[in-house]
Amino acid sequence: MAAAAGAGLLVGPADIDVWSVLLAIGNALPLIEIDHGLTEVEHTVLFEIRFPRVVLGGLVGAILAVAGAAYQGVFRNALADPYLLGVAAGAGLGATMAFARSGDSGFIAPLAFAGGLVAVAVTYGLGRSVGGRTTTSLILAGVAVAAFATAIQTYLLQRNVETLREVYSWILGRLVTVGWGEVMTLLPYAVVASAVLLGTRRLLDVLGIGDEEASALGLNVSRVRWIVVIAATLATAAAVSVSGLIGFVGIIVPHTVRIFFGWSYRVIVPLSLLFGAAFLMFADVAARTIVSPAELPIGVVTAFFGAPFFVLVLRTMKGSG
Amino acid sequence: MIVWESVEVTYGSTRVLGPVSLEVQSGEWLGLIGPNGSGKSTMLKAALGLVEHRGRVSLGNGDRRPGLDIAWMPQRPRMPEEMGMDDYVMLGRTPHIGYLSSEGKHDHDTVRLALKKLNLEELANRPLGTLSGGESQRAVLARALAQEAHILLLDEPTASLDVGHAIDVLEVVDELRRLEGLTVVTAVHDLTLAGRFADRLVLLGDGLIQADGPPHSVLTEENLRSHYGSGIRVVHDEDGPNVIPTRRSND
Repeated sequence: MAAAAGAGLLVGPADIDVWSVLLAIGNALPLIEIDHGLTEVEHTVLFEIRFPRVVLGGLVGAILAVAGAAYQGVFRNALADPYLLGVAAGAGLGATMAFARSGDSGFIAPLAFAGGLVAVAVTYGLGRSVGGRTTTSLILAGVAVAAFATAIQTYLLQRNVETLREVYSWILGRLVTVGWGEVMTLLPYAVVASAVLLGTRRLLDVLGIGDEEASALGLNVSRVRWIVVIAATLATAAAVSVSGLIGFVGIIVPHTVRIFFGWSYRVIVPLSLLFGAAFLMFADVAARTIVSPAELPIGVVTAFFGAPFFVLVLRTMKGSG
Repeated sequence: MIVWESVEVTYGSTRVLGPVSLEVQSGEWLGLIGPNGSGKSTMLKAALGLVEHRGRVSLGNGDRRPGLDIAWMPQRPRMPEEMGMDDYVMLGRTPHIGYLSSEGKHDHDTVRLALKKLNLEELANRPLGTLSGGESQRAVLARALAQEAHILLLDEPTASLDVGHAIDVLEVVDELRRLEGLTVVTAVHDLTLAGRFADRLVLLGDGLIQADGPPHSVLTEENLRSHYGSGIRVVHDEDGPNVIPTRRSND
């Protein structure tokens, strides 16, 4: 994670060397004054552009990865992720409505947020009414909700062709920041959701033996499920509203952690936070360098590396039984 | 003690249990017998509130608290393959650990003791997926014991055990019952074994109680033939009734 953060700080169109970055960071600490030899422009690039971007990447990555781990635990489905329940599609629809109606970016976050929550609520309601307590019905309901939300979104885009380009770039996922604003927007959700998910990670292991046996152990299964789903969904919607749709993080990271560190969510949840942050920071470095000085949308990068990896994970799972 | 009061379970329009009323005293071992589909497992699940039911299940002095008062050993437990045996048994401590806290020394001691009682100490670190059928079954029982509940509901606790291990496991349960005054209700298919260990047998048939009493009065050829079909002989010796399967054509 430190390596990823370092690379994120050092790589960019403006050429700033390692030593200067370290000195500048030292200088920024209280009570320390060091001559870092950076020009004012370089200093601004470092602290107002690269730093917030690296931090934002870390936050978004951590959120997506830990939300993926949480959904996988709650639904006992190794392929569950923040996108599974229609959260992303719902948030995408909400954001599209904001673009189409007002073009005022102030509405994007709250509407994406509302869209994500409505989507997960509908998915949950549908899943229960169709198939009772089974996991499969919930996932299929998520697919239906996502398809429906995407259909409306496409309709809105056709009706508002002039906003098409802007929404398109948002859908592909991006980590463009203006100072620390996005970081500050996202931080409270990231902290609260991480705290809740870290606090309930032992219960995810209990859910591993099934709803019936977990209930017999005195666990209020539906309450635990709701708490975890709401925490993960709030965080996902917040991440989606600042960074757009960045896929695969929620599946790739928890799976990698699972392969190397074992089955227990007591380990998977905290390590997904760390590795998710590192993964997205690296992905962002790649997004900025591959077609430098232009940038690729980060969602394209995660999908490019993520999809083959996903196949690899599937093969490993098949091999191990 | 545990009391079923007019408990009735229906799935759609099919009645699978009841109404049944049954009182099991503290320290008593009750064996539930009956053919497949007679409602044994449903009766145990109703006690835990795992199936919707009419009527009431109480503990004599208050409402049930699943997990704390009642430990359940399911017939077909879901055992995650990669989970270690000790972690699995630790799940039995769930009712005692707050939602946001984690296990303490007493929890670890209890788990160690439960593993010891069932001779599983050496397998403590083994993943569940590598255990034999008998070892798995003892692991599930160890998890139930780790709950430290005063009522044990065991659904086919010896189903995949050879006769030696079956006796071992039931002896452990009996010892705990005598030492700690546990109330034990087991659903068992092996009728002879049921009669050896239970103080009292209840024969379920078509979701209703057909016979209730000490083993020698329930395990009669007449009772068994009318619910299991022909081809059953009962031979009594000094240990009690022995149920012997024979070929249907011999009747």
